Amino acid sequence: MSTKVVQALYNDDDVLMDAVKTVKAAHHHIEEVYCPFPVHGLDKAMGLAPTRIAITAFMYGLLGLSVAITMMNYIMIEDWPQDIGGKPSFSYIENMPAFVPIMFELTVFFAAHLMVITFYMRSKLWPFKKAENPDVRTTDDHFLMEVAVHDNEDEVKALLEQTGALEINISEKH
Amino acid sequence: MYTFSNRLRMASFILMIVGVLGIGYGFLAAPSTVEEAKAMVADAHHGGGHGEEAGHDAPAHGNENAEESHGEKKSHGEDDAHGGAESHGDEHGEHLLTQLKNKPWAAVYVAAFFFMMLSLGVLAFYAIQRAAQAGWSPLLFRVMEGITAYLLPGAVIVFILLLLSGFHLNHLFVWMDPEVVAHDKLLQGKASYLNVPFFLIRAAIYIAGWVTYRHFSRKFSIAQDSASDNSNFKKNFRISAGFLVFYLVSESMMSWDWIMSVEPHWFSTLFGWYVFASMFVSGITVIAMITIYLKSKGYLEQVNDSHIHDLAKFMFAISIFWTYLWFSQFMLIWYANIPEEVTYFVARFQDYKLPFLGMLVMNFAFPILILMNSDYKRMNWFVVMAGIVILLGHYIDVFNMIMPGTVGDQWFIGVPEIGSILFFLGLFIYVVFNALTKAPLIAKRNPFIEESKHFHY
Repeated sequence: MSTKVVQALYNDDDVLMDAVKTVKAAHHHIEEVYCPFPVHGLDKAMGLAPTRIAITAFMYGLLGLSVAITMMNYIMIEDWPQDIGGKPSFSYIENMPAFVPIMFELTVFFAAHLMVITFYMRSKLWPFKKAENPDVRTTDDHFLMEVAVHDNEDEVKALLEQTGALEINISEKH
Repeated sequence: MYTFSNRLRMASFILMIVGVLGIGYGFLAAPSTVEEAKAMVADAHHGGGHGEEAGHDAPAHGNENAEESHGEKKSHGEDDAHGGAESHGDEHGEHLLTQLKNKPWAAVYVAAFFFMMLSLGVLAFYAIQRAAQAGWSPLLFRVMEGITAYLLPGAVIVFILLLLSGFHLNHLFVWMDPEVVAHDKLLQGKASYLNVPFFLIRAAIYIAGWVTYRHFSRKFSIAQDSASDNSNFKKNFRISAGFLVFYLVSESMMSWDWIMSVEPHWFSTLFGWYVFASMFVSGITVIAMITIYLKSKGYLEQVNDSHIHDLAKFMFAISIFWTYLWFSQFMLIWYANIPEEVTYFVARFQDYKLPFLGMLVMNFAFPILILMNSDYKRMNWFVVMAGIVILLGHYIDVFNMIMPGTVGDQWFIGVPEIGSILFFLGLFIYVVFNALTKAPLIAKRNPFIEESKHFHY
């Protein structure tokens, strides 16, 4: 396996989208695309699988709901069923309306926070992480596409030049 | 242009005829004397006659529930007889008679209000889309205008029912009975608001306001098709913004007048919002279902999955909004448990447990689980299935708001109730699809129509 990639820089997202489609059509593997902002439809053009983070959030929400129900059932009904202001603490269902605000909030809390943490873990983001940016301009106004090379450097470079790249570099894969 | 298919027209006529027969049966079967009323209740208790006959269309639970409550009534009757308190027994019989006489009236009123509420909800949604200058929905404007065509006949029918109540032909509104008011300090205190002439004048003002907006909005919308500039579009924008202000006030007052005053001893501050949420979500559901129907017949080819997806998102979100208001109203009253407020829910919990809790499943649990997935929101049969459940759920919602105050524990979803639904459903289908044939289904020169045609989510 080669460790080299060709990096093509663009300064327009429409040109980038066309370039991605051209490269995909020529059956080259796109390693990565770096953009300063989300480009609508880029994931589809690259053929990336849809995210499953919404499914995880739903399950985290169910977890939060279970935590809330278990907690309040234990504390308010089983452990010490006091009469507090005449609220019926004989069974969970009888006093349930009073627990709904907490059930709701914990569902949202678990769904939101665990989903965000899942996102950080899956996209490998944390404080003091070393930035993986091949070219500083990609955070401002340039788009960069990395294409893997397998002893066909010239062919890939020629193809990328046709797509309207501003600059083409050969770099070590990292 | 849309052509009203003969089969659908026939279906709407059949629904209306069957409905009228059902309503007529309801009025004929209502008792006219105390003895008849008592006999009917006793019959139902023994599992014969009326109760059994009406039971065919209702779920088994409803039947059980109804029989239970009939049974209770029966035992009360026996107690009275044993006690030998003749006057007390009569009072009980009178009460029962009023409830049973109210039954066909309340059945018609609930269905009339429900279908009027659908088109009023659509009108509010339509005005919001115009005032917000939404880019996705102009493709659906003609569908919405078709649905709001039912507003005039529907609201007039409700008005006639209110007028008949005002003439004491029924006993839906307790405060309209001078006998009752004479002995009720609380109703006397509310008489400056709750009196028949003012009540009818208010109703006429609400209806006039809604229908006027609908008329002009439709007129400008059609005029825009052949206009050379956007002046009609701008006029429509302005009147929509104005209408929304009027609508919020009139809808809130309408809900106090037409629904909350069925139980004039009770009051709730967020009731107007609650009724609004109910009509809004059912209105959006009707838009989605009629759009899907027209698309399946090939009339709305440019409507794509994304439009259905957006409508389904609204169905999902407003269902949750409805639940939020339902729960806020219920929980605040349950928590504080102030006797003058809590009787409202006590009556519902004792006599209406299945519809009261069932509607929560239909209006909240079902849509939230079915419409959460973004892929499901793009599948027509999923949206239609969720829509049917939501509409039935909101019918039961209106049923739960009206029935306890009018028929009490004598409720039943039987011939008069189902007959009324069928009649108004037939009328609704006839009026709406007739209105859809009157103008092209795609607005031509709407400034946002191109965006709407290419809407993609």
